Amino acid sequence: MKQETTQVLYGLYNDEEVLLHAVKKAKEDYLDIMDVYSPFPVHGLDNVLGLSESRIHVAGFIYGLIGALTAFLFMTWVFTRDWPIIFGGKPYFSAPSFIPITFEVTVLFASVGMVVTFYTICGMGPGVTNPTLDDRITDDKFCIAFDVNDANESQQSALRKFFDETGAEEVNVKTI
Amino acid sequence: MSAPISAIREPLITGSKSYHTITEDICGPTERTPTTAWVIAFIVAVTGLALYVFSVTWTIWVGIGSWNLNRTINWGWDITNFVWWVGIGHAGTLISAILLLFRQKWRTGVNRAAEAMTIFAVMCAGQFPLIHMGRLWLGFFIFPYPNTRGPLWVNFNSPLLWDVFAISTYFTVSLLFWYTGLVPDFATVRDRANGLRRKIYNFVSFGWTGSAKHWQRWESLSLVLAGLATPLVLSVHTIVSFDFATSVIPGWHTTIFPPYFVAGAIFSGFAMVQTLMIMTRKVLKLEDYITLEHIDSMNKVILATGSIVGVAYLTELFIAWYSGYIYEQFAFYNRVMGPYFWSYIGMMGCNVISPQIFWSKKMRRSILVTFFMSIFINIGMWFERFVIIASTLARDYLPSSWSYYSPTWVEVSLFIGTLGLFSTLYLVFMRVAPVVAVSEIKGILKTGGDQYVGPNASHGHSHHDSANH
Repeated sequence: MKQETTQVLYGLYNDEEVLLHAVKKAKEDYLDIMDVYSPFPVHGLDNVLGLSESRIHVAGFIYGLIGALTAFLFMTWVFTRDWPIIFGGKPYFSAPSFIPITFEVTVLFASVGMVVTFYTICGMGPGVTNPTLDDRITDDKFCIAFDVNDANESQQSALRKFFDETGAEEVNVKTI
Repeated sequence: MSAPISAIREPLITGSKSYHTITEDICGPTERTPTTAWVIAFIVAVTGLALYVFSVTWTIWVGIGSWNLNRTINWGWDITNFVWWVGIGHAGTLISAILLLFRQKWRTGVNRAAEAMTIFAVMCAGQFPLIHMGRLWLGFFIFPYPNTRGPLWVNFNSPLLWDVFAISTYFTVSLLFWYTGLVPDFATVRDRANGLRRKIYNFVSFGWTGSAKHWQRWESLSLVLAGLATPLVLSVHTIVSFDFATSVIPGWHTTIFPPYFVAGAIFSGFAMVQTLMIMTRKVLKLEDYITLEHIDSMNKVILATGSIVGVAYLTELFIAWYSGYIYEQFAFYNRVMGPYFWSYIGMMGCNVISPQIFWSKKMRRSILVTFFMSIFINIGMWFERFVIIASTLARDYLPSSWSYYSPTWVEVSLFIGTLGLFSTLYLVFMRVAPVVAVSEIKGILKTGGDQYVGPNASHGHSHHDSANH
């Protein structure tokens, strides 16, 4: 866990459409946004922020593939090599009857794997506390935050001007 | 948000809500002391739970002989209840997952509570396969673990084992899907709380901040989980139907069972969701979020799936006649005219005839009618499973084996007990967690709120111009 703290200059907006315009303007002015926070996912925000697409579904696919192979190959090994038993006169390698369990294990591995991956890469987990800028962000406020640790006076006032022009309701500084 | 909204759409959120009032309305019940209604309901539910604990203990202590199962009818109330509960659970996943894939915004009013219902229903369902084993303390035998008996593995070819994997996976995935959606809402409750409450909700909200990148991943995760949960729902109840369909019993050995069971599950599940939603919206005063529009939409699904189930019943009867196979023909003759004819009448009346009332829009939008109908439908669906299991087993190939089954007080208590278990869990859920998906409702406010959409819209967002973006 990193102990270093950052000074953050953030502005709170009341509406997601105002937020989107503000983020667009910030990108146009080449301002380096640290993060944007909202009480719900804002559509269009990812594109405007230039966030790269999440590849969590790729991870999900790989986990699913591992699950499928694990289940199918295990059952095949059990019934062809380890202890072959004749069930209902069917062949030892009865692929059709292996399908239901293979499918279930695929879904299980994919889901559990993706969820664990999600919390890991987001730095979340049971009992984890991540610093938050304002309690109202999970209620009804939208926030753009800039890292101002190494910012001089003129850079800070430029950011404050940006917040003023784009209609931020409040502007604050916090160390997190 | 950039897509135009039709001017004839009904609003999904009434009361001219703002983001903040949404938070207040939905998180409020978790912060206030419970109402008298909740306390009374909780006392009744916990009594049921106590009955459940007693019945389970009695069954394990005295043995399965305390039930009335015999060699002819070896599955009775136990498996009927198992299939009934699993079927109910499926609606929750359908509402969350399948309606998400179909981009149906109205799901946001009911998905959180419906998913909770799924998890609790699956927990109740899982009790029966475990307890009906008799020697529950050896229950771990059903899992393929390395052992010193060979190693002796389980029979991977058996639908009964497929059930083990299916139900376990279904429970796990539903829990993960439900919890993923709950994390941002727990964060909302956390940020409104102080002291010990804050610490508790901080623990369960996993450090959620609302960062844009996290939301992006959250949406991607939700979509993929929904995409996985959809075939999972279909496969789980198909596998449950295989418990019967892969046998040789007349009336069971039929390929219609997988779609028949899945449609029936959706049917009874939606009925249970209606029962719960009608009570929840009244007690927690959430009529603005669980609107008549939601009730109406769910009733349409009930009508559709009830009709599918009805068509399935008629198909079974037709094929029994058309096949010319005397055992199949007798199986259905027995269902209609045999010793359990009353359960067949209950099934047909409650499942096929009564939902037809929902062709009328007035009936679909009537809370009273919907509430009573939802109870009838669940009773009817219980009868359906009873008809399939007990009445079919009572009269199969060999007349000298024919028998009759009626439950003992232990079996009846166990069933009522699981109703108590389910109600207790649901009431606790209502108390500690937001029952409506807070962040998702906020996300549809601009396209579903009654100040933007519908006859009373004051902000003209129904003609939203996408050129602005």
